[in-house]
Amino acid sequence: MDKLVKLRYWWFAISLLVIVPGAISLALFGLRLGIDFSGGALWDLQFVERAPGQLDTERIRAIFAAQGFDGAQVQLSDTQFEGRTVAGALVRTRPLSETEPEPQRQNVLDALRAEYGQVTQQSLQTVGATVSAESTRSAIIAVIAACLVILVYLTLAFRRAPHPVRYGICAILAMIHDVLVVLGVASILGYFIGLEVDALFLTALLTVISFSVHDTIVVFDRIRENLINRRPGELFDDIVNHSIVQTLPRSVNTQLTTFFTLMALLLFGGETIRNLVLILLIGLISGTYSSIFNAAQLLVVWENREWNRWFRRSAPPGPEASTA
Amino acid sequence: MRSRDIYFFVFVVLLTGIALSIIFAPGGRWLFDRDVAIRLGLDLRGGTQVLLRAAEPVERSVMQTAAGVIERRVNGLGVAESVVQLSGTDRVIVEIPGIANPEQAIETLRGTGKLEFIDTNGEFLTAGTIVRTTGSPNPVALLPTATAPLTGTEPTATQPISPTAATGPIYQSITDGKDLDLNAVQPPQISGQSISNQFAVSFAFTGESASRLEQFTAANIQRPMCIVLDNQVFSCPVIQAALIGGRGEITTSTRQDAEQIYTQLKYGALPVPLQVESSRTVSASLGQNSVDASIVAGIVGLTTVALFMILFYRLPGVLATLALLIYTAISFALYQLIPITLTLPGIAGFILSIGLAVDANVLIFARLKEELRKGKSLRVAIESGFDEAWPAIRDSSVATLITSTILFMFGNTFGVSLIKGFALTLGLGILLNLFTAVVVTRTFLHLVSPLPFAQNPWLYELKDAPGMRYVRETA
Repeated sequence: MDKLVKLRYWWFAISLLVIVPGAISLALFGLRLGIDFSGGALWDLQFVERAPGQLDTERIRAIFAAQGFDGAQVQLSDTQFEGRTVAGALVRTRPLSETEPEPQRQNVLDALRAEYGQVTQQSLQTVGATVSAESTRSAIIAVIAACLVILVYLTLAFRRAPHPVRYGICAILAMIHDVLVVLGVASILGYFIGLEVDALFLTALLTVISFSVHDTIVVFDRIRENLINRRPGELFDDIVNHSIVQTLPRSVNTQLTTFFTLMALLLFGGETIRNLVLILLIGLISGTYSSIFNAAQLLVVWENREWNRWFRRSAPPGPEASTA
Repeated sequence: MRSRDIYFFVFVVLLTGIALSIIFAPGGRWLFDRDVAIRLGLDLRGGTQVLLRAAEPVERSVMQTAAGVIERRVNGLGVAESVVQLSGTDRVIVEIPGIANPEQAIETLRGTGKLEFIDTNGEFLTAGTIVRTTGSPNPVALLPTATAPLTGTEPTATQPISPTAATGPIYQSITDGKDLDLNAVQPPQISGQSISNQFAVSFAFTGESASRLEQFTAANIQRPMCIVLDNQVFSCPVIQAALIGGRGEITTSTRQDAEQIYTQLKYGALPVPLQVESSRTVSASLGQNSVDASIVAGIVGLTTVALFMILFYRLPGVLATLALLIYTAISFALYQLIPITLTLPGIAGFILSIGLAVDANVLIFARLKEELRKGKSLRVAIESGFDEAWPAIRDSSVATLITSTILFMFGNTFGVSLIKGFALTLGLGILLNLFTAVVVTRTFLHLVSPLPFAQNPWLYELKDAPGMRYVRETA
């Protein structure tokens, strides 16, 4: 346990191991945007007279195309109808007409009913281009605003510790780590299982940001306290290590309780918020990791100005370098 | 035990009692008949939310009039708790909960209600007939997309289309609804001139419409003139006298007919056509599924957290679980009292705030254990446990409050209004947390710790607590 700080470059390597594939996926595939940000319509349909597995996505696509919705994306699902499991489908199309949406909707439902009998529309969302553009703009503003305000607050909160700005910047770096992890995973999941980035995803991301900072603050608070009671000759590395060990039970326990509540939501919370919970789960684990293994360790790197050593051939960066 | 702890305890008990009395208020009515029934959002009870935007650039005041017209039409649907809200300069948000066919309701609402008096060349048209007029020669109902044969198995509520109108004559509009003086449209009154009971709705046109109406009525006495709303014939009264200056009244034999005419004249016209920019519709059954799922998730989540806390922290864990139950009760009482409309993301925010409530306690208990190990007495250890943990709790709560505030502000953008509920319950949860985790748990600990059974290190998950031994010996 007393080697947590010594091994810091290994922790950074583990972080990179998760972030790099995510970043590559982001660069290659990007994010799969939901209708909230890209515009479009999402039809949640229930085929009451069809059992799961009795639907053909191509046929449904063709029916939508015949009604003027070319290129519909169809995803089949199982849904509950009056106690039995029936076939369902989530269909994503371009947005409904702004001037005459109702005849379009009726025509699609009528065409589906002609083919499949009773079809109920569980939900229908349509988002026009202006609205989605506005949402995207406010999403970016919200993330940036949250980062800035937190940076200012942390600098104020740690003003009594030496170098208060460092705490803020290290917390933000850990936060960027978590944002990258979440975005990377979302990109990979988007490519492989079709996870979409929607308003709820953004909610999850902003929550991850705040929880990440929350975790980092708990660790930093200990460091701040131990620095005040610093004994002469005590190394900064040791203080950080000691502080991490002291806060570890709390970090693990908090992580576990939040993990339990999120697992309950994931398993029983219903379809609508499943993606939200999944992202929260990934983000919270990443947030706890980054507060212990990145944020606090970065303080040490900064204190020792280790970047001076990084590019020197004689002392390659590695665990042993940090004992100096 | 100090008197401060007793006061706090009484306060906590009172508060919990009030919270429970709100949650279980009979018939959802509380003090002074205040409505404290729990409010469910559209995603939980089913319903529709629409963003309507003016099809052409308009002044905000025009939009206010439009919102007013829509609001009166929504009220006409007789659905409780619907919302009509102006957003920005050219948008209206409409929310209608729990309605069987929300899309068609929205269609009715945003009908522009183009009102015309037309010259039918002496013909009486049946009410409901769709006609072409000079003011609106190509009504949408007659366009090919809408007339495509319907192959559905269910009857649709689409207006049956009169075949004669599709290619039929274009009738001359005498007036334009824009020129109707809404202030002059008066509710039906019993007409004095008539022998039998008749009801009269008075109205007045201004501008060109007034002079055209005067000319037309003077030349066509005892002939019909039809009132057309959105190209649909509404009624064809017979002209009794020339309408001098465009003023007149329509008389009918029943009050019901008169009231219908009055409503159509007064509220029939929207000042600007509206487009459906975005909409979100959820069926009631899907909403019910979500409610059931949330309740299960909430119970499972609370139970696992409680079990974990009790198994891991023992006595303090039991007290923290009690505080957590109080937290849940006060939260729901606040949702009902304020009121906060509960949505699915809102419930997620609440369940997440349970995790945070526990975190504050975990922080405090970890410190408490450290202090006990150092040999402090229980009372001192509890106090310093709270004092030491406070800066971390404060700073992290403020950071989460900041993000929930930003989320809330961001939620004002229509497309992402879902997350407003999440931000609200999370933010409220954090604030409440500071109270329950700190005040309630501390009071409980202080009240329980002097009791004889509490002087056992095992209850605090410790092998030995030197300070506790001291208390036992001197007691």
